[in-house]
Amino acid sequence: MSKLLGIDVGSTTVKVTVIDPDKDEILYKSYERHFARVKECVLSELKKVQELFGNGEYSACITGSAGLGLAQRSGISFVQEVQAAFVAIRKYYPDADAAVELGGEDAKIIFITGGTEQRMNGSCAGGTGAFIDQMATLLDISVNEMDELSLRAEKVYPIASRCGVFAKSDIQPLINQGCRKEDIAASIFQAVVDQTVSGLAQGRRIKGKVLFLGGPLYFLQGLRKAFKDTLQLDDAHAVFPENAPCFMSIGCALYASSAKAAPLAEIISRVENVKESDDVVTGDPLFADRREYDEFVARHNRSDLPFEDIKTYRGDSYLGIDSGSTTTKVILITPDCKILYSHYQSNNGQPLDIIVERMKEIYSLIGDRITIRGGAVTGYGEDLMKAALKVDFGIVETVAHFKAALHFNPDVDFIIDIGGQDIKCFKVKNHAIDSIMLNEACSSGCGSFIQTFAKAMGMDIDEFAKLGLFAKHPVELGSRCTVFMNSAVKQAQKEGASVEDISAGLSSSIVKNAIYKVIRAKTPEELGKNIVVQGGTFLNDAVLRSFEKEIGKNVIRPGIAGLMGAFGAALYAKENMAKRGGASTLATREELEQFSYASRSTNCRGCTSKCNINIITFGDGRKFISGNKCERGAGQKVPTNPLDIYAYKYERIQQCVTGKNAGMDRGKVGLPLQLVMYEQLPLWAGFFESCGFEVVLSEKSSRQLYFKGQHTVASDTACYPAKLMHGHIESLLDMGVDFIFYPCESYNLDEHDSMNHYNCPVVAYYPELLKANNERLGDDNFLMPYLDPNVRGSMVATLKKVLKKYKLSVKEIERGLDEGFRRLREYHADVVRRGEEIVFEARREGKQMIVLAGRPYHVDPEINHGIDKLLNSLGFAVLSEDCVFEKAHHVKVNVLNQWTYHARLYRAAEYVLDKPDVNLVQLVSFGCGIDAITTDEVRAILENHGKLYTQIKIDEINNLGVVKIRLRSMQAAIEEQNAERGGAVNG
Amino acid sequence: MAENQEEKKIPGGCAVGCGAGEPVDFTDEYPTFRPEMKETHTILIPDMLPYHFEIIKYILAQEGYKIEVLHNDSRAVIDEGLKHVHNDTCFPALCVIGQYIDALKSGKYDVDRTAVLISQTGGGCRASNYLPLIRKALKAEFPQVPVLSVNFSGLEKGNGIPMTLPLLLKIAYGIFYGDNIMTLYNQTLPYETRAGSAEEARQACLDMVYRAYDQKKYKKYKDLTRRMLAIFKAVPRSGEEKVKVGVVGEIYVKYSPLGNSHLEDFLHAEGCETVIPGLMDFVLYCVVNTINDRKLYKRNSALQALVYRIVYRFLYGIQKQIIRLFQEDGTFEPLHDFEHLRRCADKVINQGVKMGEGWLIPAEMAALAETGTDNIVCAQPFGCLPNHIAGKGVVRTLKNMYRDENIVPVDYDPSATRVNQENRIKLMLATARENLQKKQREKARKED
Repeated sequence: MSKLLGIDVGSTTVKVTVIDPDKDEILYKSYERHFARVKECVLSELKKVQELFGNGEYSACITGSAGLGLAQRSGISFVQEVQAAFVAIRKYYPDADAAVELGGEDAKIIFITGGTEQRMNGSCAGGTGAFIDQMATLLDISVNEMDELSLRAEKVYPIASRCGVFAKSDIQPLINQGCRKEDIAASIFQAVVDQTVSGLAQGRRIKGKVLFLGGPLYFLQGLRKAFKDTLQLDDAHAVFPENAPCFMSIGCALYASSAKAAPLAEIISRVENVKESDDVVTGDPLFADRREYDEFVARHNRSDLPFEDIKTYRGDSYLGIDSGSTTTKVILITPDCKILYSHYQSNNGQPLDIIVERMKEIYSLIGDRITIRGGAVTGYGEDLMKAALKVDFGIVETVAHFKAALHFNPDVDFIIDIGGQDIKCFKVKNHAIDSIMLNEACSSGCGSFIQTFAKAMGMDIDEFAKLGLFAKHPVELGSRCTVFMNSAVKQAQKEGASVEDISAGLSSSIVKNAIYKVIRAKTPEELGKNIVVQGGTFLNDAVLRSFEKEIGKNVIRPGIAGLMGAFGAALYAKENMAKRGGASTLATREELEQFSYASRSTNCRGCTSKCNINIITFGDGRKFISGNKCERGAGQKVPTNPLDIYAYKYERIQQCVTGKNAGMDRGKVGLPLQLVMYEQLPLWAGFFESCGFEVVLSEKSSRQLYFKGQHTVASDTACYPAKLMHGHIESLLDMGVDFIFYPCESYNLDEHDSMNHYNCPVVAYYPELLKANNERLGDDNFLMPYLDPNVRGSMVATLKKVLKKYKLSVKEIERGLDEGFRRLREYHADVVRRGEEIVFEARREGKQMIVLAGRPYHVDPEINHGIDKLLNSLGFAVLSEDCVFEKAHHVKVNVLNQWTYHARLYRAAEYVLDKPDVNLVQLVSFGCGIDAITTDEVRAILENHGKLYTQIKIDEINNLGVVKIRLRSMQAAIEEQNAERGGAVNG
Repeated sequence: MAENQEEKKIPGGCAVGCGAGEPVDFTDEYPTFRPEMKETHTILIPDMLPYHFEIIKYILAQEGYKIEVLHNDSRAVIDEGLKHVHNDTCFPALCVIGQYIDALKSGKYDVDRTAVLISQTGGGCRASNYLPLIRKALKAEFPQVPVLSVNFSGLEKGNGIPMTLPLLLKIAYGIFYGDNIMTLYNQTLPYETRAGSAEEARQACLDMVYRAYDQKKYKKYKDLTRRMLAIFKAVPRSGEEKVKVGVVGEIYVKYSPLGNSHLEDFLHAEGCETVIPGLMDFVLYCVVNTINDRKLYKRNSALQALVYRIVYRFLYGIQKQIIRLFQEDGTFEPLHDFEHLRRCADKVINQGVKMGEGWLIPAEMAALAETGTDNIVCAQPFGCLPNHIAGKGVVRTLKNMYRDENIVPVDYDPSATRVNQENRIKLMLATARENLQKKQREKARKED
C-alpha cells in the first residue's frame, strides 16, 4: 500500500508526517516555522521526505488554516484540522474524553464523550499561540524565558485574554509598577487558560481524560501547569502526547488513506506549480524609482535639529523627559535648540531607574561647563518623575508634542503622532489645540505591530521596514485592529504575497487605520495644510511615504520624530523658567547620588473599591502613590460631599431599597443591579417591598464578580455591562433568593423627546440570553416578563400572571406599582435637584463643569473605572446626562432618534452649547453598536457650535492612564478657549 | 444653517422646564426625492437579495421608475465603506454605503440624476439608521443625491416611493415568486446533471414572472407556482444525497453575496445543498411583531392590530397554498410554514424579542432541524446587537433540544478574512458529512 503523507500548514508552522499504513508506523514527522513562506517551506519539507524515502506512491492530504489555498490550487485533498485531530485521537487515544488544542491563531476544544462537539475560537478571540508570542515581545523576553519565569510565580494578576490589545493594557501598568516578571508570566498563561475554559467551553465542563495538543501546549510547561491546576486534572487525566505538535499532521496522514495515491515527484511538482492567485488586492509601489526615494530622503533630512557637542559646549541647557508607557525619552538642549544629549529606550522594568541612570550620565558628561536651567517631564510617568526627581514642570503629553511641532512649523495645523502603543492626533486652530483624537482599544494598528511581525519573520524592524520601500505590489491588508490585521497578513501569505509586499502593505494599513479610523477623516483634505508627523513609527520611511501618498501631500517629519515629547518638554521648561524665574528645583548631582527608593504594591483601604495601588517610598522619606483612582488612595482627604453626581447617583439608587416589606413575608426577590436596573431599581424595589417581598440586591460589581459569571457569557463581543450581568446573576443565586426578577423591555419609559423610546437590543432582551446560558436558571427562579412600563394595564395583568404563585391581588399590584413609580419619580427628582446644587456650588467656586454623558449603568464604579473621581481630582464638577437633559430644548437631529437613553445624549449636548463653564464628555462602552451612531451626532452638535467633544471608551480593562491624558488635554484646551474669551465665566 | 439655529435658540442659560417650546434643529439640509424626479433620476438599490430584487426592479420599472441593482463587488467597495462609516457601525451599513459611493464614483451614473434607496423597518436595532448614515456619507462628495426610504412605519414622509395598495400587493407577490425561485433553484443546482441547466430554469421562471406582470396576471400565484415546479422538475437531476446546510441570520449577510463573502457559492463548491429560508418569513415576522406588541403590552390600537391581522391572514393564506402545491407535486421541499416557525420560536425564545431579526433566527434554526437540515450557518455582522441574544445566545438551547444540531455562528466583518470564516464553516461541514454517512449507514443497515 502507498505511504500516507500528512501536511499541516498552520499560521506559523508547517508540520509533515509520513505513515506506513502496512506496518502502522510513523516513519517521519517534522515541525518547522515557515516565516510566512508557506510554499517554500512545504516544498523543502517534501524534498526531505523525498530524500529519505525515495519517490514512491503517496496518498497525500493537507490540513491547517493556511493550507486551504495550497490545497485548492494544487488539487491535493484537504481536511479541516479539527477533523484531522479527531481521526488521530480515535486511533491513538480512543479513551480520551476531551482534547484542547492551541495553535498559532486558533484555539479549539473537542468534546468526545457525552455528545461529540467541536469548538473553535471566534474571529476576535485571543488566548492562542500568537497571543503568547505577542505578550513575550511585550515583556521583551523569549517565549521560553517566559515559560521558565512562570514556574517561579507567587501571585497571579487578572489579565484580559480576549484579545492581545486588551491584555497589553492590563500588563503594561504591571510592568511599569515593577511587578515581578515571574508573576506576570504566570498571569499570562492563566489568562490563556481562562479564555479557553470560559470563552470556548462556555459552561460545558472539561473533565475526564483530557488531551493537550498543539505547539504551545507541548513546549510550555507553565501553560501545561496552569491548565492542569485550573481543570483540576491529575497526571493520569492530563495527557500531553509525545507527538502533540504534529498531531494534526498525523491525523491528516491517516485521513489521506482515502485519497488517491500519486508519485511523490508529482505531488511536489503540483505544489511547485501553485501560482499566486488574483485574490490579493495590491496597491501602487511606494516609490517609482531610486531617484524618487533619494529626493524623499533629502527633503526629510532638512528637518533635523542640529547637534552641539556636550563635551565642549559651555553654557545653559534645558532638560526634557518623556516617560511613556513603553519607552523612555530624555533630551538635553541648548537655549537655541541644539541637541546636546538624547536617549530613547524601551521600559524594561522601572522607568524611574532608567531616568536616574540617564541623569547621572548627563551630570557626568556636563561637568561644571553646562548648567541645567530647568526641566519638564511629560507622559504616563509624569507624576512619579516629578515627585522623585523634583522636575520643575509636569505637562500633558499633547501640550508637549504641540510645543515641539510648533518649533518645526509655526503654522502647523495638524499633528499626528504614532508611537509603539498609541496614536495621537490633534488639530490646531488659532495656535491652540482644538481637538484631540486618540486611538481606542480596538483600532490600535500601531508601531509595535510591525515590530512584533518583523520578529515573527525573524528580522529586526529596520530591515523589515526597508524591504517594503521598493515592493512592487504592496498588498491591501485592511485597516483595523492588529488582531484582524494578523489574519489578513496570513491570508495574503496564503495567496503567495512576498515579504516585501506585506511589509509595504503593513505600513499602508497603519496609515489608513490612523487616517480613517482614529481621525475619522472622510477626505485627506480635512487634515489640514501644515502637517507635522512624529512618533517612533514615522522614523520608518515606508510608513512616512505611505502617509504622504495617502493624503497626497508632503509633510514634515522631524529627525527627532521619536523624541518630540521630550523635546517639547524641554522647550516648555525653557519658556516657563523665564516666566517663573528662580533656580531649577531639579535633583542635583549630589541628591542623585544619594537617591534610593523602595516600591511595594498593596490594596487601598480607603473604600470598597480596594484599588490596587503602588507605594514608592523615596530615600528621603517622601512617598509617592500610584494606581489610585481618587485622592483617598493618595492619602488625601476627600470632601464629604464631592461635586460628583455619579457618586451621588450610585449611593442614592441603592437607598431605594428600604428593607421594609410591609410586614408580610412573601419571599426573597433578587434584583441584579446592572443594565436597566440602574434606573429602574426604584420602581421594582418599591413594587416588591410594597407587595411584601424582601428585596435583595446583587453583589457590587467587580472584576471578580465578572469572572464568577464569565463561563456563561455566550457572546464575548457584547458590552462589559452586559457581560457583568452574568456575575450579578451568579451572586444572587448564591445568596439563596427565591427568585430573580429581571424583565425584558423592548420599550423604555417614553420621555417624549424622540420618535420612539426603545431600549437597545442588549438591554431589552439580555434576560433571554442569561436564561439560555446558565444552567442554574429556570422558569421558577428566574422571572423575566415582557413588560412595557408605559402601559399600566398590561403591566398589571402581566405581573399578576408571572407572580401567580404569590397570589397577589390586582389591588396589591396596583399599589405596588404606585409605590414603585413614586420612588422612581422621587429618585429622578433628587438626581435633578442634586445636579442643580452642583451647578450652583461649582459656579460659586468658579469651577468648570463636565457633563459626563453615558447611560444610567455607567454610574457603576466597575464600569466607569472612577472617571468621575478623576474629573473631580482635576478640578471639575461632574454632572450626568440625566440630570441636565430636561433643562435643554428638545432637539431635531440627523439620525433616527428612537432610544430613550440615547435621546438624552442629544439634549445633554444641547444643554452645554451656551454654557462656557460646562463641557461634555461622552462615555461609551466598548461594543456598544448604538453609540456608533450617537457619538458622531453628539460630536457634530458640539463641534458645529465651537464646543469641544471628548469621547472615552470603556471596557473591562482599567487603564486610567490614557483617560487621564485625554482629560488633561481637554482641560488644557478648555483653559485656552476660556483665555481667548477673556476668562468670561457666566451662566 | 448654523445661523438659523442661533436665531431659534433662546440666548443665555435657561431655568428648569425650558424643555418645552420649539425644538432646536440640528439637522443638515439634504435633498429629498421629489415626485418629478421619477422622470429624471436613476435609483440605485444595493445588492442584497439576488433572487428578489430583480423582480422588484421589474415591478418598479412598470411604475415608471428607473431602477438599477448594483453588483459592484471589488475591494474598493469595502474600502469606501470603511472610509465613510464609523468603525463600530455594522457591516451591512458599510457594504451598502461602500457600494453606493463606489458606484457614484465610477462615472457610470450622472450623479445629478441619480438617487439611492434604502429600506427602514423602524425597529429597535441600528438598521433603521442606515438611511441617515448614508445621507451623512454622501454629504461630502455627493450632496445632491437624494436618499429614498422604503418603510411601512411612517418614517421619512414624502421622501420615497409612494406605497399604494396595488403596488404593495405587486411587491408581496413578487416576494413569494422570488422565494419560490430561490428555493427551487437551491434544490436543483447541486444535483443538475448538465451544468447550467438550473440557471436556465431560473431564468425561464423569471421571464415567466415578468410576463405575468406585463399581462397583469401576477395574482395567479397557484398557476405560476405550478409552472415553476414544472420548469424545475424538467431539469435532469442526479439522485445522490448531499449535505444540506441551512443559512440563517441577519437579513443582509444572510442573503447578500457581498455581505457573506459569496457563502452560497462556497457551499455549492463544497458539494452542499443550501437551504435558505424565504424573505416572506421576514415580512410576516414584521407583521406579527405589531400584533405581538398588542398582545404583550396592549400597545397598538385594536384597529391597528386588526388591520395587521388581516394582512397576516392574507399573506399566510397564500404561503399555505404554495406549500400545499409543493407537497402535492412532491418533488421539492416547500419553504417553512410560518405558523410552524412561530411554534418553533416558542420552544426557544419569546416572540417578544423583536429587534433586528429577533426570534425569527432561533425559529428558523429550530424549524430547519425539525425538517431535516441540522447543519446551519448563522451569519451575523460582527458585534450585531440583537444577534448576541437571538444568534449566539440560543445556540446552547438549540443543541440541547436537537441532538444533531450542528450550528456555526460566523461573524462577517470588513477585516475578518475569508480563510477564517471558511475554516470554521469547513469544520461544521466535516461534522455534517460524518453525520450524513452515519445516517446512510444506519439506513443501509435497516434495509438489510
